[in-house]
Amino acid sequence: MRAWWPSLRPMLIALGIALAIGAALMLISGSNPLQAYGQIIVGSLGPNGWAATLSLAIPVIGCALAVSLPLRAGLINLGGEGQLVGGGITAVVVGTYFADLPFPLSLILAIGAAALVGAVIGFVPAIMENKLGVPLLISSLLLSYPIVAVTSFLVRFVLLDKGTGLPQTETLPAAFQMPQFGKVTGALFVLIVIIAVVIVIDRMLPAGFEIRMTGLNRKFSGYSGVAVSRMTLWVMAAGGMIAGVTGALVVTAFPFRFVDGALITPAYVWTGLLAAMLARANPVGAVVAAVFFSALQVGGAAMERETFVPRELSSILQAVIIIVLAGAIALNARKKQKVA
Amino acid sequence: MTEIFDLALLESVMRALTPVLLAALGGLLCEKAGVFNIGLEGFMLVGCFAAVAGSWFGGDAWIGVITAVIAGMLMAAILSFASVTLGADAIIVGIALNLLAVGLTSFLVRTVLGAQGTFQDPALDGLPIFLSQSPLTYLSWALVPIFVVFLRRTVWGFRLQGVGESPSAARSLGVNTKRYQHAAVLASGALCGLAGAQLALGNVVLFSENMTAGRGWVAVVVVMLGQAAPIGTLVAALLFAVTEAVGFRLQGLGLPSQFTTAAPYVITLAALVLVSVRRRTLTVRRARGTNSPAPSGGGATPPVPTDPATRATVSQGENHVS
Repeated sequence: MRAWWPSLRPMLIALGIALAIGAALMLISGSNPLQAYGQIIVGSLGPNGWAATLSLAIPVIGCALAVSLPLRAGLINLGGEGQLVGGGITAVVVGTYFADLPFPLSLILAIGAAALVGAVIGFVPAIMENKLGVPLLISSLLLSYPIVAVTSFLVRFVLLDKGTGLPQTETLPAAFQMPQFGKVTGALFVLIVIIAVVIVIDRMLPAGFEIRMTGLNRKFSGYSGVAVSRMTLWVMAAGGMIAGVTGALVVTAFPFRFVDGALITPAYVWTGLLAAMLARANPVGAVVAAVFFSALQVGGAAMERETFVPRELSSILQAVIIIVLAGAIALNARKKQKVA
Repeated sequence: MTEIFDLALLESVMRALTPVLLAALGGLLCEKAGVFNIGLEGFMLVGCFAAVAGSWFGGDAWIGVITAVIAGMLMAAILSFASVTLGADAIIVGIALNLLAVGLTSFLVRTVLGAQGTFQDPALDGLPIFLSQSPLTYLSWALVPIFVVFLRRTVWGFRLQGVGESPSAARSLGVNTKRYQHAAVLASGALCGLAGAQLALGNVVLFSENMTAGRGWVAVVVVMLGQAAPIGTLVAALLFAVTEAVGFRLQGLGLPSQFTTAAPYVITLAALVLVSVRRRTLTVRRARGTNSPAPSGGGATPPVPTDPATRATVSQGENHVS
């Protein structure tokens, strides 16, 4: 208990303050906070809610891991949208032009291609930072705009399903649809493999130690022989790869097509980013935080249906948690310094 | 070509320029004070909402402008308290503030203005227009020379730069560095508030969810491109504005909107790459103590400096999480 309590305490404080601010907002706008928070819990974890929470959690966990790997090394990957969308459209392109592939091969190829494209999109900002000195934070973000735009163009003009009148591609062939095992989707298994690989790298391999050391002190890590710029390349490529696979998992799930904006509007990437920050880039923590934030989002939608409090309350709570947490962590560090 | 370039284009360039320039001037102050402020996007979005809400309930666009400035400063106060007073990571707080702004404005547009997504009303008072531009546009132009004089000719300006360049030296000379940093961040909030007011009451007269659409991020890049100098920042912001305006025009001529809306971000990124490459080669030359051009072709490429000092010229905080 002692080992994780100190790192959990600021999180609980942050959660408490966020809930208080949310309650104040609701009181001002004339709603009952207790009722609203009750609806969030019932709506996200109750009999009708948990399945929705899980299905939202799959892409959010993917995005959280995609950010947490670079974040562990002190790098902020803001290009998640480009990587996610790039992976999604790649899977659809594979499904459209190699429609005759037999079942397991079809999905393996689609996900593999999505992983590759995601990795390349993650790699570009890393190489720009290493070779040209362009800050990764900014270039990864700016790169997303053209990728999202090109994808939107492909969906609306090249791959469009003309029959529906909506900006979406045609339904993927059956071989490219993620199979269900009872109530559980196959995407969950892919995700579990990703989680396992990230945890193994983080906990057991020397690379994981080097990443963490770099995150704690980049200069020191470089002096002690870690090839920091090479690490930047591969953690960003790996992060992009995870985001790309996540994109493929979204489009190969119901409704089995790429709907323009469907990967952006639910804010998978930003929820995942905040989850990774909440967990301070710890992969296990990132998964837990991603499930927590997914529950908050699903619960928020339920709350909106029941109480007229807008669902955006969930996004407000998430952001406030992170801001307070960042402050609390800084305050703790300062206290420790004074004691020492 | 005449279809693309005319007086109307110039006007739309100016409209595109004003919000980005105002926000970038705010970012410039923070950069000078050594605070990497990436919350400009969020400050501006809150400014947009506050401007519309203020104008709607106050019945006058100028009341909207004042509420926008106050709201921008309130957002900035969160950043300055967390990062300057407590010492929290400004990048993490900035990103969270941007997401907070999206959630908060979407929440408030529904609870306060009772609209879903977009609030628009003929009775909503917009900014007055003189010679096809809003007063805030003229203000933004006036601010550029004022910033030049402030930074080069005033004691406060010198001290502000000292705080960013060498905080310990500034402290040893008796400068209260934190006070300058607070002031810079709060001023950036006020400027972003003005930027938001221009966007929501000048360029258009409405509020819609996430209407800043990345302009605050562009402002962050513009400060880097302009190397945190007022004139440089103006030129860099102009580059963005011209691309956006030409893009709109080309869209009118039938180019798919997907390409024209993404173009300003691509051009901004490309410019950032060019400037970074140029700065890097200059640093290498200076490090060698020669002024001769770097050898091209054949032989080893010049060693690229990886020291933090070179990187710090690109951005103060960069992307390290502590």
